[in-house]
Amino acid sequence: MKVKVLFFAALREQLGTSGEEIELPSGVSTVAGLREHLKSRGGAFEKAFGQKTLVRTAVNQDMVQAGARIKAGDEVAFFPPVTGG
Amino acid sequence: MKISVQREDFDSGLEIRHLSGNGKIGAIASFVGLVREVPMTLEHYAGMTEREIAKIVEEAKTRWKVSDASVIHRYGELQPGDQIVLVAVASAHRGDAFAACEFIMDYLKTRAPFWKKEHRDEGPNWVEAKSSDDDAAGRWDAAAKKKAG
Repeated sequence: MKVKVLFFAALREQLGTSGEEIELPSGVSTVAGLREHLKSRGGAFEKAFGQKTLVRTAVNQDMVQAGARIKAGDEVAFFPPVTGG
Repeated sequence: MKISVQREDFDSGLEIRHLSGNGKIGAIASFVGLVREVPMTLEHYAGMTEREIAKIVEEAKTRWKVSDASVIHRYGELQPGDQIVLVAVASAHRGDAFAACEFIMDYLKTRAPFWKKEHRDEGPNWVEAKSSDDDAAGRWDAAAKKKAG
């Protein structure tokens, strides 16, 4: 199952990428699972996804909690708490 | 209803005059946010930003009588004194216009996917989210619960 992953702001800079298509390992079907998968890459990913509360998630442009399910073709965005206005 | 996320500056007077009411609105409340002291770059999540702002305006319409509203938020490179955001709300009476305008602004700050990067002399720095902004947005939930209860 493939999903499109996006990173924004400080997270994008930390990871050195604004996003990618990821083939998920079987068994990964939630946001929490995807975060664990990204964290397991080590390096900057481990550091970024080790601090759970500092990364927010949106699936198909709607804010979600860690338990939210993801399916093939979803756009999953990770970003720091927002600071607009 | 107008929602725009744009690089260009805006004319708040023009936006306010464009709010429609067909003679039935008695009040327009508006807020303009400016860049203070430090140059910055505003990043956003194109697509989601517009959706989130639209949801916030819809939420405001369920809480107050809102005849029309305009929300404009800029992104890109901004200098001190530049306008960042406009929220303008038209209503029959000032109470609803003031409250809805403040509510939209408070929710926008905690929900719309924008991120500010300040360019200070000592180097660039991503602005951290403030708990006071969460508190400002949270008081509307408390107010709604009090009203309902």
